[in-house]
Amino acid sequence: MNAKRKSMLNSAIVGRAVKDSFIKLNPIAMMKNPVMFVVEVGTAIVLLMTLFPGYFNAKDDIGFNLTVFFILLFTVLFANFAEALAEGRGKAQADSLKRTKKEITANKMTGSTIKVVPSTELRKGDIVIVSHGEMIPGDGEVIEGLASVDESAITGESAPVIKEAGGDFGSVTGGTRVVSDRIVVRITSDPGESFIDRMIALVEGAKRQKTPNELALSTLLVSLTLIFLIVVVTLGPIAGYLDIDLQVPVLIALLVCLIPTTIGGLLSAIGIAGMDRVTQFNVLAMSGKAVEAAGDINTMILDKTGTITFGNRMASEFIPVGGESVQSVGEWAAIGSLQDETPEGRSVLELMKKLKLNANESLAAGGEFIEFKAETRMSGIDLKDGRKVRKGAVDAVKRWVVAQGGAVPKDLDSHGDSIAREGGTPLAVAVDNRIYGLIYLKDTVKPGMRERFDELRRMGIKTIMCTGDNPLTAATIAREAGVDEFIAESKPEDKIAVIRREQAEGKLVAMTGDGTNDAPALAQADVGLAMNSGTIAAKEAANMVDLDSDPSKIIEVVSIGKQLLMTRGALTTFSIANDIAKYFAIIPAMFILAIPEMSVLNVMSLGSPMSAILSALIFNAIIIPLLIPLAMKGVAYKPMKATKLLRRNILVYGIGGVIVPFIGIKLIDLVVHLLV
Amino acid sequence: MGILQILIVIAIVVLLVKPLGTYVYHVYSNDPNKTDKWFGWLERFIYRLIGLKNRPGMTWKRYAVSFLLTNIVLVALGYLILRLQKYLPFNPNGIENMEQTLSFNTIISFMTNTNLQHYSGETGLTYFSQMAVIMMMMFTSAATGFSVAIAFIRGITGKGATIGNFFEDFVKSHTRIFIPAAVVVTLVLVALQVPQTLDPVLTVKTLEGASQNIAIGPVASLESIKHLGTNGGGFFGANSAHPFENPTPLTNVIEILSMWLLPASLPYVYGRFAKNTKQGWVVFGAMMTLFVGFLSLIYFSELRGNPAMNVLGIDASQGSMEGKEVRFGIPQSSLFSAVTTAATTGTVNNMHDTLTPLGGLGTLAEMMLNVVFGGKGVGLVNMLMYAILGVFLCGLMVGRTPEFLGRKIEPREMKLIAIAILAHPFIILAPTAIAFLTDLGQGSITNPGSHGISQVLYEYTSSAANNGSGFEGLADNTPFWNLTTGLVMLLGRYISMIAMLAVAGSLVRKQWVPETIGTFRTDNGLFYGILIGTVLIIGALTFLPAIVLGPIAEHLKLG
Repeated sequence: MNAKRKSMLNSAIVGRAVKDSFIKLNPIAMMKNPVMFVVEVGTAIVLLMTLFPGYFNAKDDIGFNLTVFFILLFTVLFANFAEALAEGRGKAQADSLKRTKKEITANKMTGSTIKVVPSTELRKGDIVIVSHGEMIPGDGEVIEGLASVDESAITGESAPVIKEAGGDFGSVTGGTRVVSDRIVVRITSDPGESFIDRMIALVEGAKRQKTPNELALSTLLVSLTLIFLIVVVTLGPIAGYLDIDLQVPVLIALLVCLIPTTIGGLLSAIGIAGMDRVTQFNVLAMSGKAVEAAGDINTMILDKTGTITFGNRMASEFIPVGGESVQSVGEWAAIGSLQDETPEGRSVLELMKKLKLNANESLAAGGEFIEFKAETRMSGIDLKDGRKVRKGAVDAVKRWVVAQGGAVPKDLDSHGDSIAREGGTPLAVAVDNRIYGLIYLKDTVKPGMRERFDELRRMGIKTIMCTGDNPLTAATIAREAGVDEFIAESKPEDKIAVIRREQAEGKLVAMTGDGTNDAPALAQADVGLAMNSGTIAAKEAANMVDLDSDPSKIIEVVSIGKQLLMTRGALTTFSIANDIAKYFAIIPAMFILAIPEMSVLNVMSLGSPMSAILSALIFNAIIIPLLIPLAMKGVAYKPMKATKLLRRNILVYGIGGVIVPFIGIKLIDLVVHLLV
Repeated sequence: MGILQILIVIAIVVLLVKPLGTYVYHVYSNDPNKTDKWFGWLERFIYRLIGLKNRPGMTWKRYAVSFLLTNIVLVALGYLILRLQKYLPFNPNGIENMEQTLSFNTIISFMTNTNLQHYSGETGLTYFSQMAVIMMMMFTSAATGFSVAIAFIRGITGKGATIGNFFEDFVKSHTRIFIPAAVVVTLVLVALQVPQTLDPVLTVKTLEGASQNIAIGPVASLESIKHLGTNGGGFFGANSAHPFENPTPLTNVIEILSMWLLPASLPYVYGRFAKNTKQGWVVFGAMMTLFVGFLSLIYFSELRGNPAMNVLGIDASQGSMEGKEVRFGIPQSSLFSAVTTAATTGTVNNMHDTLTPLGGLGTLAEMMLNVVFGGKGVGLVNMLMYAILGVFLCGLMVGRTPEFLGRKIEPREMKLIAIAILAHPFIILAPTAIAFLTDLGQGSITNPGSHGISQVLYEYTSSAANNGSGFEGLADNTPFWNLTTGLVMLLGRYISMIAMLAVAGSLVRKQWVPETIGTFRTDNGLFYGILIGTVLIIGALTFLPAIVLGPIAEHLKLG
């Protein structure tokens, strides 16, 4: 699937785009793009004048009129082709998604009876059983069992993922396949609203709405079009005072050259291609607005674990305090971790093995496992004999011990602090009112993160790291990774508070998350990137979903957003700057017969009035397909200061936009002049 | 010598921008300052008189309604006076009531700060009308424009929901700016021999023994506000070319400075409001660059003279002196023409009809752009509109949605700006085309060929830009011209004012976006270039075809 997505221009897509370019000539559809609609109307008028010259009192210049007609027609077709091509990739992808969605049957459970029904009959709240080899019939939550699920239809990732009841790994997506075991799923979406339906609609661009920036730009393009319409319509009567008779096709040629057809023809392609670049990156953006917002981000909130660090904090040392031994720390840590399936818990047992220490495992038998909670920040076990074993954040364990009348060993804090200073996480191990020692958990910053945060800083983006760690640990990692700010010992509601604080200063905030308790913050953030592995609540609250579940991708998403905006700006500037040369081609050509002195203005020394007008028109038409690759790929973007970036882009697209058409029109004229 | 004269005047302007701008900023910042001591008592008295004890901030809509209603009341009053002037006092010369389309044109012309004159002051207006209508409107229209510009600046630089109180701004514009300045300039002009009297026309015996009527009147006072308020309507038909309006090169410089200084200081005022004077200097720099460009075009073109005349062996060493006053020469005439069309004053000290084609093009182009300093406030507002447009076009190229002064430019602002940028070419080109299509319009054109096109184009451009100078020669006192130019003046003034106030009202309520290293800056040299580029490409290219047929064709045909 991934490979398929990347082969962007196969012949099938191009073929379909060619066909679509003609279908899109339908004036009703065309009206959505006012700039090109004006060109189409002009084309129709020239066609009528060519077919019925007598009726329009046109000069017998059928050859010229016919040529103008074809160039205009191709201008419209090229613009349609750009849009169709940009849509093509999405459509191809949607088709393959639709194939996976084909008729699925479901084992619906009503009370104790099981009935086989088509998936389209499932409604929110229905319970279905999915066994080995079957497709999951709709989005839902696992309420019973554990299974490995192949989600490659959506993510392109072929390795199956584990889904189990409860926790943050309980959500399943319709259209994915269970490859082992059996799960009971509660359906959470009605037909047509499932994740895969939304995904199809998104990649297909069916519900594509113009973003605010596109709307504002369209307004400007329409008003420029109207201005030039006024210019061209009034030119006839004014020239008439000098007894210059301007032919309608010539005026239409002038109009089409002046109105911003280049950007008008490519605008929607740029938007679609920008969304598509995000999709190819395996991130599903719910709207173009979200991608644009990504370009505007001022602040990025990143979870430390999994984003900045690898997150598998491994126990690397047992440190006894208050005169205890390594053996006793290890033993209690191990007993507290026997049923703990977190990587930290497992790493404690591994460390025991490595140190060749033994724990009396029978003590734990029949005990009640206490899960880690963000509020308590401890986990452990309540033993059958009444003793309670806890391991967790040092201050939390201290409070817990003190609450039971215990004392805190004097060397606990100094050992804890020294671990934290080294970037590690100390976990205190306690039984009832006695603290035995510390587990030293080590975490590592992913390679290259520092460079990326420097890059973000150059783009003007502030990074805030959120972590449940204590302030010292957090500070060490923050320094190592080079983030601008950090929030230690953060609870889910802290994130939302930070987002609100930043937003109150007018900043746009991006964050990633996967848990249900991240959902409010994801919804509050301007760009919320949820992990596909996360809960349904998180995915629904976010405006982007990363199918690969890699939180550090948010950084690239920002670049793609910026690139999209830059491409739009660059081509707009280019398009408008082109007008200067077109004026110099057409204006002298229009008037030179009546006012021979106008030849001074023919700075490009174009062959003849007719070839000048045709050359300008041809340039205007072919610049559209020539710029399609740029519109689709986006302009090159390297993070740098805005002023530097602007200077470079103004030079290339602004000054370039003034110069290129002079050269282009001259070259075309050298050829055209030979023919007319 | 010629260039030196010009440079000295420009240097005076540049030097005075900061002190004058600082003063104007204090007038409108509404923070207590020492000038309150001098003017506060008078203003408090006026506020009490008009029941304006509390002066709450207004939303843009309230502000717009306030200034429109004020203008409507003044228009009604002025129209009545013109139509009944025969029966009113101060009519020693027995002048008749004004015809209705001419009254319509005249009253619109003065209320919109245009001062297009289809009448001749000596014979068309009584002294009472000159003072109660013409001069009153010269003050109030300038104060209206200034107030709106300040409100716009407050909107784009401030926070909250309101953009100031119109009536307070309006009163302060009079008490702290126009009245004191007018008094000073009047006294200076009187000292320099400009008449100021209510006596009737002088009848004198000439050397040959014939009797001649010499028109006089309260000239100096009108002259001062005519320029200070960038109005331009002369006391006499010949305007500032008339020796009683503008007797010497020194009065000429004073008149140039009085019309130029306030518009030139506004960018600095804007910079003060934006708390970043560099913002203001960038705008000032762009305006000055365009100005110097157009001034050079006029100056060198006039200096070169008319090649067709030069061929005939007429002495061309003085340049093209046709239609110019000997006491001003080419430099003082060119500078005056460049300033009057830049600041859209419309006063003239030479006949623009007889400028060389390229010289005429310079004056025409400044009015078409309407951003080179511009009339009372309007020029700055238009320039800032182009700044927003420039930000919108180029701002995307830094990879962010466009922001201007920390506010996002979104569809609503673009729609309003679209209205403003569409209106200007529309109200110039559409009536021009209509004039050529109809006999009513064509009948008044007194020149064949390209110069005829320039005449018509100039008339509507001058109306649309609320400049008011005429390419004299057009027989324009006909119902067709009175009504069309009247409408163009109205639309030219109020459409963009209302649209831009709405932009300010929309921006003032927006959440500020903090500036970072990734922000598009509008206070550096690069933006200065972008601003000029935007003005030239969006503003100027629109008019290129018409200009090519008018002045450029005429120039090319001269050889």
